[in-house]
Amino acid sequence: MTLSVNLRKRLTPSFALSVQFSALPGVTILFGASGSGKTTILRCVAGLLRPDEGKVAIEGGAVFDSDTGTNIAPNKRGFGYVFQDLALFPHLTAEQNIGYGLFALGPEERRARVLRIAAAFHLEPVLGRRPAEISGGQRQRVGLARSLVTDPRALLLDEPLSALDHHTQSRIIEDLRLWNAARRIPVLYVTHSQREVFALGDRVIALHDGVIAADGSPETVMNAPETEAMASLAGFDNVFDARVEQRLESAGVMRSRIAGTQVELEVPLGVAREGSAIRVAIRAGDIMLATEQPRGLSARNVMPGRIVALVTERSQVKLTVDVGIGIHAAVTPTARDTLGLRTGETVWVIIKTHSCRVVSAL
Amino acid sequence: MDWTAILLTLKLASLVCVVLMAIALPIAYWLAFSSWKWKFLIESIVALPLVLPPTVLGFYVLVALGARSPIGRLWAGWTGHPLAFTFEALVIASILYSLPFAVQPLASSFSQVDRNLLDASATLGADRLQTFTRVVLPLSLHGALAAAVLSFAHTVGEFGVVLMVGGNLPGVTRTVSISIYDDVQGLNFAAANQTALALLIFSFVVLALVYALIRRPWSVAAIQ
Repeated sequence: MTLSVNLRKRLTPSFALSVQFSALPGVTILFGASGSGKTTILRCVAGLLRPDEGKVAIEGGAVFDSDTGTNIAPNKRGFGYVFQDLALFPHLTAEQNIGYGLFALGPEERRARVLRIAAAFHLEPVLGRRPAEISGGQRQRVGLARSLVTDPRALLLDEPLSALDHHTQSRIIEDLRLWNAARRIPVLYVTHSQREVFALGDRVIALHDGVIAADGSPETVMNAPETEAMASLAGFDNVFDARVEQRLESAGVMRSRIAGTQVELEVPLGVAREGSAIRVAIRAGDIMLATEQPRGLSARNVMPGRIVALVTERSQVKLTVDVGIGIHAAVTPTARDTLGLRTGETVWVIIKTHSCRVVSAL
Repeated sequence: MDWTAILLTLKLASLVCVVLMAIALPIAYWLAFSSWKWKFLIESIVALPLVLPPTVLGFYVLVALGARSPIGRLWAGWTGHPLAFTFEALVIASILYSLPFAVQPLASSFSQVDRNLLDASATLGADRLQTFTRVVLPLSLHGALAAAVLSFAHTVGEFGVVLMVGGNLPGVTRTVSISIYDDVQGLNFAAANQTALALLIFSFVVLALVYALIRRPWSVAAIQ
């Protein structure tokens, strides 16, 4: 089964969605910041929102086509949809929720199907309870099971796991993978979490302002962003201007100077000519800090700076180090305590050449 | 105590309540879910009986049902007797008079149902009628109960419209409120007191039952 999507939808005078892609069996991640159009795509595919123009087809059969005027109602499309807030029916038990879409079946077959999927999603103990009486993870499983039990032709998931802890997320993802291994339907999975992109995706489509910013494997899209927009989506906290000083073709690197400073930075060889301006993106987590000048190090970029800001957020310590410009780095609380990192301290910033990504300014 | 009037009132109120629920369900559904831009006009018409003096409503109903009106002539041709000052006229007038008391609680509880639940129901293959009977209505039971009780109780308590449209015919159009008014006019305070007290106690018991039942057995808020 292949789901092909080609949509244009103007939502506000300043925001229009325009995307085209095909999703093969397996998980296709729709990744982007809030407001990038991810949920709008799902709603258009499901038939809950009518696109201005375009075509949505599953295995060649159109469910929406603005050219022919085709617009099949959502209840006739056979697409499963798991909503961000789940939308479980509060007055029904877990069992009744899961069996909701099986009203055409007799009570015995319905119960058999519900029990089979309840087993696959570890829900047997809570079948008799209402949504308000079970845990968040169990509700998530009920939401998935309720859609999957109807044997949908495609599955649309809108940030289904964002409210859960990582451990529960991983276990539900594993159950979902197992379930889909036998059925092989296209799954569109909307998320803004980089972690989920790596955990789930066979393929990720990154959205920015209603258009596709990047499309490929999680590795290529997330770790080698081609544009500045994609870099900031993929968690590259540092994006700044630099100028190419010298291309060292044989070494596969370029020497550059960070704009407005005398700081030199060695970056991977790109297409930029000597003397031209480039944009460089670096993840905060890829930057190392040392309290003394390091020696005998393979990393090519080592520069002194002063800590000007230090914030602890959950299990991460985020620092800004002034090396001429503010460089954002992230370390663990243990590292902060061992090194005695404080605002005002002088540190050495260490950046590997290949942690620097040259991106186009888009 | 005027048992004839009491039984007549209960008969009238029950009939009006049943008919009103059947009429109000589709109107309320439409009001809650339609996005027609002139919807407010219909909302205003439905709410009119709330603000109009019963005499105004009664007057127009009387004119509309009178022997010279199309409805009145149709009725007379069909049944052989005029429509005004009959029990049937009273039913029609009461339905109009109590319409907002049935429509508004229903429409308000329909529109409080989370739209995502309707979308979820659709993606699970249910059509609109199935979604209504399996999701919207069960989640609006308190509104439906309130609508039924309010239209029943409001019919029991009406006075002006009854007097205008029904007159004061014992066993036909003399309801409890008219009977009490009659007793007071005839300085028969003891009889008026008995009937009034019975009506008072009855109304309180019904309302108390409703408020006891309205407490919802599940919590929607707890899901978030």
